[in-house]
Amino acid sequence: MKRLSMSGNYAVAYAVKMADVDVVSAYPITPQTTIVERISDFVANGDLDADYVNVESEHSAMSACIGAAMTGARVFTATSSQGLAYMHELLLMASGLRTPIVMANVNRALSAPLNIWNDHGDAMAERDSGWIQLWASSAQEAFDTTIKAFKIAEDVRLPVMVNFDGFIVSHTYEPVMLIDEGDVKNYIPSKPMANRLSPKTAYSVGVVGPPEYYYEMKYQAIDAIERSRQRIREIDADFNKRFDKYYTDVDTFNLEGAEYALITMGAMTGSARVVAGELRKLGEKVGIISIRTYRPFPSDKLIEAVAGLKGLGIMDRATTPGGPSNPLFADVAACLYGEKERPVLQSFVAGIGGRDITAENFRSMLRATKEAAVSGRAAPCMYVGLRE
Amino acid sequence: MSTVYRTLKDVPKEELLAPGHRLCAGCTVGTAVRQILKASGPNTVVVSATGCLEVSTSYFPQSAWRVPWTHVAFENAASVASGIEHAMRALNRKKKSDEKVNVIALGGDGGTFDIGLQALSGAMERGDDFVYVCYDNEAYMNTGIQRSSATPYAAATTTSPPGKLSVGQSTQKKDIMGIAVAHGIPYAATASPSYPFDLMNKIRKAIDVDGPALVHVLTPCPTGWRFDVSSGIDLGKLAVLSGLWPLYEVVDGKTRLTVQVLKRYPVTKYLELQGRFKHVKGESIEKIQRIADVMSEKFGLGPVRQ
Amino acid sequence: MKCARTVLKGWKDIPEGVTITEPGSSVQFDVSAWRTHKPVVDKAKCTKCGMCWLFCPESAIEIKEDGKYDANLTFCKGCGICDKVCAVKAITMVKEGKN
Repeated sequence: MKRLSMSGNYAVAYAVKMADVDVVSAYPITPQTTIVERISDFVANGDLDADYVNVESEHSAMSACIGAAMTGARVFTATSSQGLAYMHELLLMASGLRTPIVMANVNRALSAPLNIWNDHGDAMAERDSGWIQLWASSAQEAFDTTIKAFKIAEDVRLPVMVNFDGFIVSHTYEPVMLIDEGDVKNYIPSKPMANRLSPKTAYSVGVVGPPEYYYEMKYQAIDAIERSRQRIREIDADFNKRFDKYYTDVDTFNLEGAEYALITMGAMTGSARVVAGELRKLGEKVGIISIRTYRPFPSDKLIEAVAGLKGLGIMDRATTPGGPSNPLFADVAACLYGEKERPVLQSFVAGIGGRDITAENFRSMLRATKEAAVSGRAAPCMYVGLRE
Repeated sequence: MSTVYRTLKDVPKEELLAPGHRLCAGCTVGTAVRQILKASGPNTVVVSATGCLEVSTSYFPQSAWRVPWTHVAFENAASVASGIEHAMRALNRKKKSDEKVNVIALGGDGGTFDIGLQALSGAMERGDDFVYVCYDNEAYMNTGIQRSSATPYAAATTTSPPGKLSVGQSTQKKDIMGIAVAHGIPYAATASPSYPFDLMNKIRKAIDVDGPALVHVLTPCPTGWRFDVSSGIDLGKLAVLSGLWPLYEVVDGKTRLTVQVLKRYPVTKYLELQGRFKHVKGESIEKIQRIADVMSEKFGLGPVRQ
Repeated sequence: MKCARTVLKGWKDIPEGVTITEPGSSVQFDVSAWRTHKPVVDKAKCTKCGMCWLFCPESAIEIKEDGKYDANLTFCKGCGICDKVCAVKAITMVKEGKN
């Protein structure tokens, strides 16, 4: 293993190179662009033997990925925000058509207003797309998760989105332990995959699903992502053993003896843990729960993690205007609804459009979660840091 | 250049478009696709855009395709074709596969001229090696005859209906061939299933050329153009013989007429058979005749017969 | 009208990924009921030019053992293109069904 200083984006580019992908079709958008720029360099110098297709839009990027994946190639693309939104119809098709595409989504806020900085609105808008969604909180995690994503995608035959926060993870330089290229090639050998468009079989792929069949075809994709939950855990366990890592669907910090906790996703996890750690030292019985596999949602692991908690704060870095709650809150609440014993849920929104979530913000969220736990009642959703 | 189709003996007998598809009776797209597949052979992948052909040939669990086929969305046949083409190229180069298959993207005029134009332009600019066949029935037929930018001047459609304030379609067809040629692609051609040998030779040339090729096929639609279901092939001939649909090819930027018309029919002979033009009066007819005259001059066709 | 759709399969029995694995399975779909007229070929007149075969939208015209052409009435929609394109008028569209 080599330890190098690099940004989250470059770490992903290295992962893609080591995965020996066959086709990369991508369109530039801040803050993902440096991933595909680095990959272009690799291809131009023969360090990665792949066809780099300079498509004219993200919609075409995903279209070309779908076509290439059907032909049996290992494919990769990257996007953010507006690009992801532009691909929206194709994301549903990629999962419905069971194409094992790996895509890095560098989380960025959605227009309007135009904003290039990070929040989770882009990925949340695609939570019903049928894609597996994994979340990375650092450059190291972005590297590891991308490598794992190829294994998962090709095993369960579903597309995988690797999310990580724009600028905070994508552009910040950190030390990254790169797995040796030989070990990566052993782990995810670049072997030929089935060509669904071979003249030998003459399949018709992407047919009309009339009312008497759409339901069953849709259910197949639902069943596939449900079953992938177990496979993802097995793959995580195997990856952890091989490369001495620690990945799980749900990660917990200081939960032993905790009475209240905050749920986080992505880069905010690190900051939340620092604040929670300090509060622990002051005697607060507080922990942090972070979600790494968002889809399929790890309901059973989450229920396990929150057992015994009196209060649970849920941090949304995206909003559902007009909804009964914001996206992550909705998922967590639905997950816990059937439990006889469950903590009081307190909803927060923070970090929208690249707004920093400060230590003070975390302290106030944890305070509010504690109050909810003690009083037995949650306050309405708190928009942390919003200026009136 | 490989096979030249001159006589019936040169045409492969294998039917790669199976019967039992749901295209309207008399739909010349069926005829065109049969001819296209005879020229391309079984070693072909077809990418269909959403449209008449796609829904009629792939209604689960029946498929009319005897070659590998895919459909993804309405506006991206060209980009999906790019993906397939690049995948095959990369897999061949990396010795992960030895399959080398002709890629043909098949889009209607809607999925090509309008919503699909961006993807087509991108694929042509990149020089991806595939054939894009546009089957042009001059409107969004699958959704019930709405106008597209391929609808000819004065034609009636549901979104360009003639009325007190309207002549029907107020603009003439977009010059998709001109747009394609402007991208510098090595081969582009117009074709008609009414001229099968001309069509098959063009498809063969398009496949053989290295890089993107566009073949623009006029496919008369009995439902949308409102003519007798038995007249599709005859009507296609009249389109050519009136000068409104010159059959030509552009090889590396050089234009060559492939079917000469020494004495053109007046456009009225073509228009009078179609219900979509039955409202058309003197001034509009003159305008359509002028369109035919300009096309004929551009491509070197003969004068109107007296 | 015979139709392969009458036996509806469950989600466990259909192919994965919105795919039809049997090429040309459209032959199971009966379109013959669409027509009002059927083509009748006068074999004596047929010159084996093949135009009816080349222009049929349905792949319904077949080459017979004698090298002449005839319509497969299972697949013919009765459009009449073959009648119109036959140069020697060997094909006539004849009304079908009860009068």
